[in-house]
Amino acid sequence: MASDAITVPVGQIEARPWVDELHQWLTTVDHKRLGILYMFSALLFLVIGGVEALIIRIQLMHSHNNFVSPEVFNRMFTMHGTTMIFFVAMPVLFGFANYLIPLMIGARDMAFPRLNAFSFWLSFLGGLLLYFSFLGGSGLYGAGNAPDVGWWAYAPLGARAFSPGHSSDYWTLSLLVSGFGSIGTAINIIATVLCMRCPGMKLSRMPLLAWLNLVMGGMVLIAITPLSAAQIMLLIDRYLGGHFFDTQAGGSAVLWMHFFWIFGHPEVYILVIPAFAFLSEIIPVFSRKPIFGYPVMVAATVAIGLVSTSVWAHHMFTIGMNSYANSFFAITTMAVGVPTGIKIFNWIGTMWGGKIQFKVPMLFCIGFLFQFLIAGLTGIIQSCVPFDWQLSLSYFVVAHFHYVIVGGILFAIFGAFYYWYPKMSGRMLSERLGKWHFWLFLIGFHLTFDVMHIPGLLGMPRRIYTYEPGRGWDTLNFIITIGAFIQAIAILVFVANLIISYFKGARAGNDPWDAWTLEWSISSPPPAYNFATVPTVASRRPLWDLKHPKDPDSRYE
Amino acid sequence: MTAVTTSFPNAATEWRLPSRGKVAMAGLIIAESAIFTIFVVAYLFYLGKSIAGPTPREVLETPIFYTICLLSSSLTIHLAAKSLERDYGRLFLGLWLLTIALGGLFLYGTAQEWHRLIYERGLTISTNLFGTTYYSLVGLHAFHVTVGLIMLLVVAIFGFMGRVGVSQSDRVAVLSMYWHFVDAVWVVVFTVVYVLGR
Repeated sequence: MASDAITVPVGQIEARPWVDELHQWLTTVDHKRLGILYMFSALLFLVIGGVEALIIRIQLMHSHNNFVSPEVFNRMFTMHGTTMIFFVAMPVLFGFANYLIPLMIGARDMAFPRLNAFSFWLSFLGGLLLYFSFLGGSGLYGAGNAPDVGWWAYAPLGARAFSPGHSSDYWTLSLLVSGFGSIGTAINIIATVLCMRCPGMKLSRMPLLAWLNLVMGGMVLIAITPLSAAQIMLLIDRYLGGHFFDTQAGGSAVLWMHFFWIFGHPEVYILVIPAFAFLSEIIPVFSRKPIFGYPVMVAATVAIGLVSTSVWAHHMFTIGMNSYANSFFAITTMAVGVPTGIKIFNWIGTMWGGKIQFKVPMLFCIGFLFQFLIAGLTGIIQSCVPFDWQLSLSYFVVAHFHYVIVGGILFAIFGAFYYWYPKMSGRMLSERLGKWHFWLFLIGFHLTFDVMHIPGLLGMPRRIYTYEPGRGWDTLNFIITIGAFIQAIAILVFVANLIISYFKGARAGNDPWDAWTLEWSISSPPPAYNFATVPTVASRRPLWDLKHPKDPDSRYE
Repeated sequence: MTAVTTSFPNAATEWRLPSRGKVAMAGLIIAESAIFTIFVVAYLFYLGKSIAGPTPREVLETPIFYTICLLSSSLTIHLAAKSLERDYGRLFLGLWLLTIALGGLFLYGTAQEWHRLIYERGLTISTNLFGTTYYSLVGLHAFHVTVGLIMLLVVAIFGFMGRVGVSQSDRVAVLSMYWHFVDAVWVVVFTVVYVLGR
């Protein structure tokens, strides 16, 4: 089937000068190269956003610290949040989707390769635009450079009167630009999954990664666009003298909150659904069992996608909505836990009775299961409106959503890196460094974010520049900062592993994990054309059928 | 799920997938609908909340003629796409140009209305909340009409060069999906701004 390759006679391949190579990377429309470019840009911004997090943590290490000025502190938490969500998490997930979906469904490329390249460069240049604000933000006003209005830029903070200069313009424009890139990528993913599948790859036989990214793409279409619309309104306010969010002319600050969170909450699921996708591919392979409850997994994902569009105002319980709205959003928030719980049970069901191999990708996935469960539980706690009134805008909330994004999504992304790096580079990542990375990151993560719940419960508000001694926050904050540095060391180990293994790692071969999806049927790294002959599939695990011709899955599905 | 075990050759012969152009355009339409929804919500939310005049009732006049123009252009583009499918090249080009003319007429109508509002009624985007929401909602739609007209013109130019034939009918069908969407949005905008909003 697809394991054969086109052989090029020796002598036809010539080494190219590096300028040619660079030119090829810059002008590429190949989904694999664009996927890797997405990941490179995400790793770059991960390091930058991480440094910003460390600056925040050093500032909060003890009371009355003045490591940075209050103005710089505001810029740091704004840039940290914006960078991590829009220029780390989304690009890296799009990168994996780009790289893997065509390989998994047996296609030559994405449906629209040039749109794909266009979307990547929009998203990357959006990130550069955001960081150019450090140089260009003050303009003629001398009014501070980088955006400092928080990652949600609540009105009227983003208005001309309260945010002079251009710092908020950089924030708005970079999110608008990268948002258009996201919409392009989402359309591309949807069209690829629906229209580019190889013969026999029915929707009911698709790898779950393709299914979940299809749902993610649909969510991007209806969730990122409200943010784009709100950014356009903010630009009209700032440049054309509009009054959308101008309370002095009858405008409403609350409307901005609604528009932002109609985007903001589904965004969490846009990030976590691809993370679910990684788990759904990695856990079966390292449990040596097919995924448990495939149709239910698909249904639960679609249900999450639907319900998550009607939970946004749980971010706004403290603005004083009426009791009907409060009850509605509390109930929908609790309801979204049901399909998520189903998924966790299905992953455990997959592991149950399996021959579990504790390789590094699996370790990260198991970490995800525990941490994402706790993150979900603190989320359910906060859906209780009176409890949220106490804890909203406190460090408890910060701990909760970092638990989701770091303990959940980032762990799954690390797992995916360890699992697919051999396919992308042809070399295995070092298991030894990988285990160091895992355990250091796990310890650092729990030190930081477990402890962070407590100052929140004690009343420490988020985004404060510093605090008084004697409130019982000092020791806790010191521990949190130590944890943050342990995480930073773990990230350095990871980056070192990526670089060292690229040159010295063991050769991966086509199928180092004895896996079952189509990407493992071709060489590592895959040739530019992907599949020499178009594969045909008859079950959800085409490589299992190939390896076990006497007992194929297609007999039972 | 499906318990069917298809044998390989069978699967290969019966393999049909949806057109990627149509799926992508459907995706774009969903995304655009969400953007328009936000602007419509803002318009409805701010109805009657302007602190100073003028109000919609005082200054807006229902653009019935231009609305008829835009809505009938949906019919002409549909007939144009159908005639291209059946390889009636000249009929296609004629109907296509008619669509462009109707769309252009609609834009002229919007321009005239804005000119009247700005210079006679003194309503600009920064006058009051009504001005802000009205110009951004109607302007967003007019922007989409403009983009559509540019794409229609490109096809028309290719048509005059004799490059648009039956083989392009799928692409033309995708473009006509966009044009239908622009018309459908106008139905919503018209209802909200000129019927409910006054």
